[in-house]
Amino acid sequence: MTHFPLSILRRSLGTAAMASVLAFAFAIPASGATPRDTLVVAFAFDDIITMDPAEAFEISAGEIMGNVYDRLVRFDVNDPSKLYGDVAKSWNVSADGKTYAFELKPGLKFASGNPLTAEDVVFSLQRAVLLDKTPAFILTQFGFTKENVKDRIKQNGPLTLTIETEKTFAPTFVLNCLTANVAAIVDKKLVLSKEQNNDLGYGWLKTNYAGSGPLKLREWRANEIVALERNDNYYGEKSKLPRVIYRHVKEAATQRLLLEKADADIARNLTPQDLAALASNKDIKTTSTPKGTVYYFSLNQKNPILAKAEVREAMKWLVDYSAIGDTLIKNIGVVHQNFLPVGLLGASTENPYKLDVDKAKALLAKAGYPNGFKVTVDMRTVQPVQGITEAFQQTAKRAGIDVEILPGDGKQTLTKYRARTHDIYIGQWGADYWDPHTNADTFARNPDNSDDAKSKPLAWRNAWAIPELTKKADAAVLERDPAKRKAMYEEMQAEFRKNSPFVMLYQQTEVAAMRSDVDGLKLGPTSDTTYMFRVSKK
Amino acid sequence: MDRGSARLLRSSDVVGRFLLVILLTYLGLLAVTFFIGRVIPIDPVLAIVGDRAPEHVVARVREELGLNKPLWEQFYIYVNKVVHGDFGTSVLTSNPVMQDIRRTFPATFELATLGIVIGAGIGVPLGVWAAVRRGGFVDQVVRIMGLVGYSIPIFWLGLMALVVFYARLGWVSGPGRIDIVYEYTLTPVTGLLLLDSARAGEWQAFGNVLSHLILPASLLGYFSLAYISRMTRSFMLNELAQEYIVAARAKGLSETRIIWRHALRNAMVPLVTVIALSYAGLLEGSVLTETVFAWPGLGLYLTNSLQNADMNAVLGATIVVGSIFVGLNLLSDLLYTMLDPRTRAMVQRR
Repeated sequence: MTHFPLSILRRSLGTAAMASVLAFAFAIPASGATPRDTLVVAFAFDDIITMDPAEAFEISAGEIMGNVYDRLVRFDVNDPSKLYGDVAKSWNVSADGKTYAFELKPGLKFASGNPLTAEDVVFSLQRAVLLDKTPAFILTQFGFTKENVKDRIKQNGPLTLTIETEKTFAPTFVLNCLTANVAAIVDKKLVLSKEQNNDLGYGWLKTNYAGSGPLKLREWRANEIVALERNDNYYGEKSKLPRVIYRHVKEAATQRLLLEKADADIARNLTPQDLAALASNKDIKTTSTPKGTVYYFSLNQKNPILAKAEVREAMKWLVDYSAIGDTLIKNIGVVHQNFLPVGLLGASTENPYKLDVDKAKALLAKAGYPNGFKVTVDMRTVQPVQGITEAFQQTAKRAGIDVEILPGDGKQTLTKYRARTHDIYIGQWGADYWDPHTNADTFARNPDNSDDAKSKPLAWRNAWAIPELTKKADAAVLERDPAKRKAMYEEMQAEFRKNSPFVMLYQQTEVAAMRSDVDGLKLGPTSDTTYMFRVSKK
Repeated sequence: MDRGSARLLRSSDVVGRFLLVILLTYLGLLAVTFFIGRVIPIDPVLAIVGDRAPEHVVARVREELGLNKPLWEQFYIYVNKVVHGDFGTSVLTSNPVMQDIRRTFPATFELATLGIVIGAGIGVPLGVWAAVRRGGFVDQVVRIMGLVGYSIPIFWLGLMALVVFYARLGWVSGPGRIDIVYEYTLTPVTGLLLLDSARAGEWQAFGNVLSHLILPASLLGYFSLAYISRMTRSFMLNELAQEYIVAARAKGLSETRIIWRHALRNAMVPLVTVIALSYAGLLEGSVLTETVFAWPGLGLYLTNSLQNADMNAVLGATIVVGSIFVGLNLLSDLLYTMLDPRTRAMVQRR
């Protein structure tokens, strides 16, 4: 029974879920089983592989990190362009724009009871650079290396520290990066007491906790439970509820049943069908937020047909954006044709493309393919990606393009994509930190297009050589005037819309459904800004 | 050489051969799993460092995992570690693989055991009945149940069962092994929550665990019941047509005695294998049932590991599943000799 291809499983489960919805469209009586003092969240968190903030980079892990660890600064979830000090009381940037001086709030404590001082902050930032795990690049892009980090991130007093960057970057860029999980503050004394073989406590912290956030991590049992508890040592407003428990529930239909029966307070991974069915249930309400994740088709420029400018443009006219927006991604996304998601500095909202088969045909004829061609798409068998690909297959056929779909699991299609052996790939990209450079860096920057390049951004994966655009992206990150910086990103997006091999599809909207007695839940624009410590139950 | 030591020699020979067979079975199992795991087109580094990692991090982790070495060398290193009791660490959970299995296996074990008790406990009598009253009402019921068991997907039935018995009627508790309320009041000792709660005298928790367990166990039970009852029916029909049954009837034995003491006893021999293999199938974890019921068992663990090319976890779980099959096969062989005097004689003659 185990050996089912998961693609079939997922599809069948989806169908089964819908069937059950259709067959049993009646109100389900709630029995109200969650304890009053505990928030129970049904959540699919099988992506979590570590609880060390220097390593955690998965969506679900990000949310936990945002609740249990503090950092120097955070951004306001209601207005992400505004920064506020978390453990930092104040900060200033030197005249040459290279030195950032921070002063911490006094009297801070970790959950362990140890005092939180500049020593811990410096240790945490240095530790992230020294461990050099996946998210470390968010810090090392400022020029920190294992060799120089001890000189560039320094403690000056019990509560003061300075961070020195290699170049003069836009201050918004530097500070935005410091809001990321990788810059979270760990308890130096506790972590070092668990150190083995000079691992800076890495082996221990993967499954343990050493933070100061409003909630503390009690336990993570992979694919089963994440239990958080109120941290009474927290400096600010204490968590409204003493306990938050995430239960791993993979199947959306199961999440929905738990929510309807009040065995879960919040369900996080419902399908559009589930959400539509719940709309009439007065005991359930929903909240949604545009996320920093965009979906796209990308055309590998190693394929000589797809490398023609006219073909690239024709593809953009062969997607039925409005039909997709009205059906497949209803409630869970909004059509968006730019590489910067709305919410980031300079994000454009221009969507010039629509389904226009005649225009696409004319372009194909101009490129020398009046009768179309054959091409493959590598696709993960999850919704709505599968539905969108199938819709594209239909519309592309009208222009004579014969699209063959190659279905696969996530890791499988990704492995192929990263090796640049696909024709067309349907993918998604989420912002790594809350600054436009995160997406510009991957969509519009490709410093080395050779096969053994050191950095392999999305532009590289599609073999799109763009020396000019790369220069523009590099300049934008150094621009200190926010208005000018914004204009630079707008210009890059205009060029990208026109010439890039990316058919941008939509921006994700995250939706959570909850019991009507749940109060104060706001989904953050990034995964690490959904704050459960602000949630209460009436 | 006297007869006693000759027999001893022979039996040590048998044991030695048996151990060799087991050893080769495991080695073969590991080798096949290992090489399949390494040739599937998924980059195991991806599961650890994710899609965003810079190239130097990818390269370093590849080196750390030893993936740059030739396949046979990687396999040798792995087997060598296993021989020394080190099954490695799962890259997905950051825990030692055996610790993960100690956590996930009891969940599956509890479910599978109750499932097979239901399946065999009801399936065998039902099958006997169907065979005796061939073409009767019970026989039709067994046929329909078998048909349904084969044709309806388990996850659909699972969801429907949840909708009806949990959501609508409220007779049982929902997905998961235990209510959140009890999550941190019950200390896991064996990991078998029924046993743990009974030991601690926490009867409320015991009831809660049972009410979570009963629905998925019945579901698994139903699917094995459908199979077991059909097999019982056909084995019984075979036995009832034998001459010794006619002889027994001629002797004037009661029909009950003929059916349950004579026919079933002989039918039990092949049936034991059927039940043992059904049980083994349940013990390797039913990923579909575990998904629908949010059951943190071995099936989900294995599938998730496989999809991420987390080879230590996959191999560790494979060894466990392999041991279950070997163990249950052995057990059914032992039961054979108890049930069938002829096999006993054969062993002695050897």
